[in-house]
Parts: sequence; structure tokens; C-alpha cells
Amino acid sequence: MPAELTTPQGTDPTRIHNIGYRSYDGPRLGRSYARRSLFSQSLRGAYGLGRSAKSKVLPMILFAVMCLVAAIIVAVAVAGPGMTDLPVKYTRYAIVMQAVIGLYLASQAPQSVSRDLRFKTVPLYFSRPIERVDYVLAKYAAMASALFVLTATPLVILYAGALLAEFDFADQTKAFAQGLVSVALLSVLFAGIGLVMAALTPRRGFGVAAVIAVLTISYGAVSTVQVIAWEQGSTGAVEWLGLFSPLTLVDGVQTAFLGATSAFPGGEGPSAGSGVVYLLAVLALIVGSYAVLMRRYRKVGL
Amino acid sequence: MIATESLSKRFPRVTALDRLSLDIGPGVTGLVGANGAGKSTLIKILLGLSPATEGTAAVLGLDVATSGGAIREQVGYMPEHDALPPDVSATEFVVHMARMSGLPPTAARERTADTLRHVGLYEERYRPIGGYSTGMKQRVKLAQALVHDPKLVLLDEPTNGLDPVGRDEMLGLIRRVFTDFGISVLVTSHLLGELERTCDHVVVIDGGKLLRSSSTSDFTQTTATLAVEVTDSDTHPDGTRAVREALTAAGAKLHARVEDGLPGAGHILLVEATGEETYDLVRDTVADLGIGLVRMEQRRHHIAEVFRTADAADAAAAEAAPEPAAVQPAQHAAQHAVQQKGGGRDAG
Ligand SMILES: Nc1ncnc2c1ncn2[C@@H]1O[C@H](COP(=O)(O)OP(=O)(O)O)[C@@H](O)[C@H]1O
Ligand SMILES: [Mg+2]
Repeated sequence: MPAELTTPQGTDPTRIHNIGYRSYDGPRLGRSYARRSLFSQSLRGAYGLGRSAKSKVLPMILFAVMCLVAAIIVAVAVAGPGMTDLPVKYTRYAIVMQAVIGLYLASQAPQSVSRDLRFKTVPLYFSRPIERVDYVLAKYAAMASALFVLTATPLVILYAGALLAEFDFADQTKAFAQGLVSVALLSVLFAGIGLVMAALTPRRGFGVAAVIAVLTISYGAVSTVQVIAWEQGSTGAVEWLGLFSPLTLVDGVQTAFLGATSAFPGGEGPSAGSGVVYLLAVLALIVGSYAVLMRRYRKVGL
Repeated sequence: MIATESLSKRFPRVTALDRLSLDIGPGVTGLVGANGAGKSTLIKILLGLSPATEGTAAVLGLDVATSGGAIREQVGYMPEHDALPPDVSATEFVVHMARMSGLPPTAARERTADTLRHVGLYEERYRPIGGYSTGMKQRVKLAQALVHDPKLVLLDEPTNGLDPVGRDEMLGLIRRVFTDFGISVLVTSHLLGELERTCDHVVVIDGGKLLRSSSTSDFTQTTATLAVEVTDSDTHPDGTRAVREALTAAGAKLHARVEDGLPGAGHILLVEATGEETYDLVRDTVADLGIGLVRMEQRRHHIAEVFRTADAADAAAAEAAPEPAAVQPAQHAAQHAVQQKGGGRDAG
């Protein structure tokens, strides 16, 4: 063997501190461990943990705002005389706070996926035991979990406040549970949309703008047209127009199935029958987002 | 380590690999070919990330078509392009990549510290990668390929973009990956000259076809060329031409054409070095003409040029057996003298 080919570096006396190479004989935990590691790294990263101090600022502020508003609502509920329920329902909270949620998604979805694409780190992942599906699932689950933390934590605060104010326990617990299901659905739906937008626009500014546009503009447009339709008396149109923006989709599902009062004009949310269409639309969007992400990464060779 | 059998990869417009059969053993193997020769395509197939159009390939005895994941657990890969996020430190990044290879958290941290030290990154490893020099970034890329202690690393053009000193350092490091760490290496380059000093074995491909596969000692005798650059003087307004004529008159072999597209290419003479006396001849010739010698160095070959030289040498060899002594240039090439000849037996 070519031991005699050793370059001088091998015996360089200035490398005296070099204690020599140690091989690794320990466990190799494989693909599912790698996927879990990517999930936790991405979830932490969505709150700036393990990243620079600067990147913690925005997600932490947005998280604080979400919690602070809930705390104020609780304060009102506890201090207010003769209150029997929270002034804002669990299922309404995310709709009220949609701007904060949108901003969070617009800032964190690009950092989660666009960075790896822009700096061409993706090939380094795919040169390891994980497969494309592991990467996409880990990123998707991490973004959805981050959104769930953002939207469910204030509901926990509301629930704690409601119990503190000694509102009806059974009512509160049921409504709280319905609220959790609703924000879970919202988290998965929004995560998919945000990641697709971000993965298709690796340039940073564009990704942020695309997410905001899809969420805010679609919601603004749908709400406006709904108001016009409602004023003209076509309540049927109000019911179906809600299919065309992510947030009104969630509103429709929770109105039909989760005891929510619709935020549509006149409260004209879908009935249980048309609610099925809303639910199918949400599921189709989630599956579609996943499929688009899988396609997107198929093209990212080495 | 690596075995391919009639391996082909066809894209709609090009055939990137054309019935390539290779058998690569332990050691440092160079894969040389011009841009577009199919080097990166071969690496992708070996990692199990891109299916071959036809033929088979096995890495560490595992079939690339069916055992990609198992191969990637035991193999490291360093891409030719930039691959590092600028806003994290080398330590954080390499720890993460170690976990992606399946190392438990504690082992990932320990191996990262060790590996970064072995590639020569010390205090700077805690700073964001964005502030690193090209050479430091290449070391981080190498570290992430080594951190899980693979049996084999695939290094795609690791010297690309480095200055001559950085190149030599990287090549020395690559040599150590095998000699000190015991990890076999497949390293690609479009420059044969730099690999022949680092590798035990060199495989040359062109247009996806195997051109040549041999131990490095076969190459070294035919590829020594001196690049000579001179100034002009009042008596010799075209110094390059004057030297060329004088050297030809003195019996030195000059290559007709220099590499295209290099800055100042027209002012560089390529002289075939037959031994130390060639250095002396050039130096004396230039001095006699009263011209200034800008530089004289052993040349890193462009692959096409190697084959011109090699063909010429083969022809010459038919007439007279070439002197087996390898070129051991004088102080001019001290920086290249790190190579020691004679160890280039076929490592396969
Ligand atoms: N994904 C691809 N689609 C089409 N052609 C490709 C693709 N990848 C590589 N090629 C072509 O295959 C040939 C070999 O490319 P490559 O392996 O990158 O060469 P090298 O790494 O030796 O420079 C080139 O002609 C290149 O254009
Ligand atoms: Mg290449």
C-alpha cells in the first residue's frame, strides 16, 4: 500500500497537538433518527433557536403578541363584572389574529426551506441516508408544529383564564378542544401553503411577499366580495365564496363541525352539508401542497 | 470499493456516461476529465441518487440501484458547488450534518470537534461561515463529508476556486484522509497534474467513456512540462519568441500550443522537461539572451494537453525506452517536491 506516498504534513512537527484520527465505532441511528433530527432542528429554527440572536427577534415578538392579546382578553374576562363567557371565542381567536399568523408564516417558511435551496444545502441532505420524502415530511411537520405552538398557546391562556374566572367547566373544555382541533387544521393547511410558496421562490424577499399575498390578498378579496354579495342578498354566494381563501376555508370547516360562529357577513357560514365540501377542499390543499413539495425536491439533484 | 459494469447514463440530449466499466480499490483514486466528461454524473449514480440508464454499479459491495441508503450511511460526499449556509457556524452546521448521517447527539458533537481540527479549522469554527475564505469553506465542506467516519469519500472538484497554495493544502489534506484516517477517496478534477501527485490511481474519462485507468507512476513520466514566462528586452522586443528559438536550437522540445483562454497565454512557453538539465538549460538560455525570467514552474496539465504529450511520449517510447527516473526538479519547484515517486503501485 502506498504508505510511502505520505506527504510531509503527515509528520509535520508543528502538528504535535494532533492526537491522531479516531475512527467511529458507535451506533449509526439511520434514517428515522435523521428525519427526527431534521424535524427538531427545523422546529427550533422556526423560533430562531440555534440560530443568530437576530433571527430570534421576529418570531419571538410575534409569539409574544399572540400570547399578550390572549392575556388581555383573560384580564377582561376575569375583572369584568357579570361575565359568563370569554369575550372572544376559542375558534375566533386565530381569525382575529390572522395578520400576526400570516406574518409569522411569511417570515419563517422561507427561512425553513428557501435557505437550503438558495445555499444549495439540499444535496448535502440527500447525500445522507434520508430520502426526499423524509426531508419533505420533516420540514412540513416542523412548520405545522411551529404554527400550532403559535396558535394553540394563546388558546391555553384563554382556557386557563376561563377556568380562573370560573366559567362553566364543561362548556369551556368542549369549546377549548374544538378550538385546538381548528388551529391544528389551520396549522397544517397554512404550513403547506407557506412552504410551497417559499420552495417555489427561493429568493428571500419574494418568498415572504408570496406568502403574504396568498394569505392576505385572498382573504381580503374573498371578504370584500362576500360583503358585496351579502348586501345584494345572495346569501348562497356568501356561503360558497369562502372556498377561495385559506382562512375562510378554516372558518367554514369550524362553523360546520366545530361549533364556531362564522365570521362571514351575517354569520352565513356553511351548513354541515356544504361544510363537507370545505373539509374536502382543505384536505385537497394539504395533499396538494405535499405533492408540490415532493415534486419540487425531485428536481433538486446534486 | 467501487465497481461499475457497462454503466451508462443518457439524458435526452447527451450521453453523460457511455458503457463505463471501472474497478476501483482502496486508496486515493483520481477521476479526471474535462468539464462535461461525466464526473459528477458518476458520483450521483454511485450515491444511489440517480438511476443509471443501463449497466450496474456497486459501492462497498452494495448495489447502487437497491441499497442507496445503506451506501450513503457509509460514504461521504463533498459537492463541487457551494453548499453552506452563511449564517451558522461551522460547528453548528457540521454537528447537524453528523446527526443527519445518524450519529447520536453526543457523538455528533465530539466527531465534529475532531473533524474540524483535522481539516485545520480552529478558533474560526465558532464564527458564521459567511465570513470564511474560499479555502476555509472548502474545509468545512470536506469536514461534513468526513464527520461520520465513512469508509469512502467522494470529493467533487475539491480544489476548484482555490489559489495555488490553497490547492496544495487541500491536496495534502486529501492525501491524509487516506494515509492518516484510513478513508478511501475518489476525487475528481479537470486537471490531471494536481491529481497525479495525490492519487495512487488515476482514471481518465472523456465524453463519458473510459480513456485510461492506471497507477499514477505511469503518468508522471510523460506529463512533466515546464511553463516558462519571460520579459521582453530592448534587444529582444519579443522575448518569448527569442527564447523559443534559442531553446529549439538547443534541442529542447517545446509544445506548439499553449492552453487557450488563459490570461497571458501567449507569453507562456511550455517546455518538455526531461530532467534537471531542462531547468538549467532554460535558465542559462534566458540569461544568455539578457532577458528577465518571470517564472518557471512545473505545469498543471489541462487534460487535452496531457494526451498530446502522452501520445508523443508513447511514440518516443517505441524508439527508446524512456529513462525511468522521475523528474526531480531543482529549487525552482521546491513547492512541488512534496511528492515522492515510486509509491504509485496499483492500489486496487
Ligand atoms: N440533469 C441533467 N440533465 C441533462 N443533462 C445533464 C444533466 N446533468 C448533467 N448533464 C450533462 O451530462 C454531461 C456530464 O455532466 P457532468 O457529469 O456534470 O460532467 P462533469 O462533472 O465531468 O463536468 C454534460 O454534458 C452535462 O451537460
Ligand atoms: Mg462536475
